[in-house]
Amino acid sequence: MEKGGGGGLETELRLGLPGGEVEKNEKKRVFEEFDGCEDRAAVHKNQVVGWPPVAVFRRKNSFNEGKLYVKVSMDGAPFLRKVDLTMHKGYTELVRALEDLFGCFGIGEALKGDEENYEFVPIYEDKDGDWMLLGDVPWEMFAESCKRLRVMKRVEENGVGLHAKDLLKGLSKED
Amino acid sequence: MAYSFPEEVLEHVFSFLSSDRDRNAVSLVCKSWYDIERWCRRRIFVGNCYAVSPEIVIRRFPELRAVEMKGKPHFADFNLVPEGWGAYAYPWIAAMAEAYPFLEEIKLKRMVVTDESLELISKSYKNFKVLVLTSCEGFTTDGLASIAANCRHLRELDLRESEVEDLSGHWLSHFPDSCTSLVSLNMSCLGSEVSFSALERLVARSPNLRTLRLNRAVPLERLANLIRRAPQLVELGTGAYSAEIRSDTFSNLADAFSACKQLKTLSGFWDVVPSYLPAMYSVCSGITSLNLSYAAIPSSDLVKLINQCQNLQRLWVLDYIEDSGLDALAASCKGLQELRVFPSDPFGAEPNVPLTEQGLVSVSEGCPKLESVLYFCRQMSNAALIAIAKNRPNFIRFRLCIIDPQAPDYLTLEPLDTGFGAIVENCKELRRLSMTGLLTDRVFKYIGSHAKKLEMLSVAFAGDSDLGLHHVLSGCDSLRKLEIRDCPFGDKALLANAAKLETMRSLWMSSCFVSFGACKLLAQKMPRLNVEVIDERGPPESRPEGCSVERVYVYRTVDSRQRLDRPDFVWTLDEDSSLRYS
Repeated sequence: MEKGGGGGLETELRLGLPGGEVEKNEKKRVFEEFDGCEDRAAVHKNQVVGWPPVAVFRRKNSFNEGKLYVKVSMDGAPFLRKVDLTMHKGYTELVRALEDLFGCFGIGEALKGDEENYEFVPIYEDKDGDWMLLGDVPWEMFAESCKRLRVMKRVEENGVGLHAKDLLKGLSKED
Repeated sequence: MAYSFPEEVLEHVFSFLSSDRDRNAVSLVCKSWYDIERWCRRRIFVGNCYAVSPEIVIRRFPELRAVEMKGKPHFADFNLVPEGWGAYAYPWIAAMAEAYPFLEEIKLKRMVVTDESLELISKSYKNFKVLVLTSCEGFTTDGLASIAANCRHLRELDLRESEVEDLSGHWLSHFPDSCTSLVSLNMSCLGSEVSFSALERLVARSPNLRTLRLNRAVPLERLANLIRRAPQLVELGTGAYSAEIRSDTFSNLADAFSACKQLKTLSGFWDVVPSYLPAMYSVCSGITSLNLSYAAIPSSDLVKLINQCQNLQRLWVLDYIEDSGLDALAASCKGLQELRVFPSDPFGAEPNVPLTEQGLVSVSEGCPKLESVLYFCRQMSNAALIAIAKNRPNFIRFRLCIIDPQAPDYLTLEPLDTGFGAIVENCKELRRLSMTGLLTDRVFKYIGSHAKKLEMLSVAFAGDSDLGLHHVLSGCDSLRKLEIRDCPFGDKALLANAAKLETMRSLWMSSCFVSFGACKLLAQKMPRLNVEVIDERGPPESRPEGCSVERVYVYRTVDSRQRLDRPDFVWTLDEDSSLRYS
């Protein structure tokens, strides 16, 4: 290439990589699959600068870069707690954090559809003031509209379980 | 020269020419037309602030009233241009302060503007009217205070998407009571609270106010009072659109909206509480432009809103709208011209909403006037792209971003070459294209063959070899801006098409296979190009030959000197063509 000093440039177009000093695979390394790793989202985010091409201004003003603490109450617990919703990337993580906070297990069971074997019902109050069952809307929308959380305890009477929906029906707009 | 018109007559005729292209053509006719034209040109647009120097502009056009200029390359929006690269407004502002005491308008995009510059503007131009700073940075609210205090005839202050260091909201109170000339105020990018009473008084004493874009810190409870004072508003950007659900707040707001019979554009809607959206319904039938791209609104509420806006021409929205919402859009808004769908969770590994290629196909089917699209999604197929292309041969702008780079056709696992090929083949008026997904050299062959009106192309993680780049540079007759990242394109195609680069505004290549040697060669061959190697790893010469540079930015310029404000990570060829750098 350096030979083309005076007149025409030597051009030799061919299919295939020029130079070849950087293996094509090396470039693709950033997109390696990670097996079932929960942090895959974080890895993606950190590995490729400027991707996806969402303008920095938009990123800064859309996704809550700050903290988002909401109160959590658990039926029967004497004190309320607080969780930072920005610390979690999804419902699974949030449920796990709640279980840690209150030292119990199985908060997420009620979300698994037609399971009968659950003790807790996690619900939240949204911006409209309605109490909603956790898990119906996309995580980001939930995080933005959640004002506070509550973990209800199912009370068994005569051995008959109550469905989550029935519990919600009994709730009025609390203050 | 017995038959020539007197100068005054020619000047009068030229005054009817508003397009730059026409004026440039006129000035090429003969020397006297060149001279007459340059004295009566009032507005200029400089697409790249480094393509020309302030001295050259001032020498040629001594009587400008309006200057519009762009600085950093587009990829700066995605952090691909390192901090401190350049695009400083001050040298221009300072030079123009001397030369153009009657300057009225300054519009800057992607430039670094300091408080010093703003103060200079506010004190130098007695008749200053319009300041628009798009995606700019480097100034604080103190600079805004100078503008507010000193520009007595200010009509427009528009800070769209700029990064302002927000020291306090006090700047707004610097508008004197005598200032009644405001037509447009866009403060949506600012963080802190301004004095609400000062804002209300300002709005009340500005009878010509057409555009008011508030910032997030203006609460919903304040909105009604503000718009009541400006029922003549055409464009409104709300602040935070959330409040406790109270019927008096709602009816107050609904009342205020109903008085705004001229409202055409709505934006803002941070922290939106969907129950308050119906307060706007009375104006929806007149709305032509709706920006909900910062609003987390569930699909069902979005659909209700969109169904009210039958005359919608432009919609910017988050992917919360879902495919079903886009179906509704296609059914309701037959006049839709522009659609932008942004990702609510761009960094998530899995899709968080049911929005796919199907939404775009629906809209392309249902909206015959759709000509401009920006669409983020997580899957695409050649079949969908082909359908879209056949539905909408009238596309002018088509920007598709599939979140997973190099994602293939999800149905066939093939590259998306034929899909994008169909786009360029069918959409003969296409001026702007952004592509993503798995793409080989073949798609570039299609582009080179068919995209004859294409002016701007953005490419990422695509292609197999230099042949791809060569197809584009040799085939796209109208190409002005080409920006490439992470593609296996290198020296051969670049050097073979060196002459083409002088017909374009600029070429950006980052994380490609371009060597420093090729950059030097290109700079030597083409004296009217600036070839900037932007590399933060130290002197490129210290690396082995054939090693790729991090980034190269090539642009044409009539300013023969290398730019003097280069930071130490920008390497260019020295004036005497020696192989020195920086």
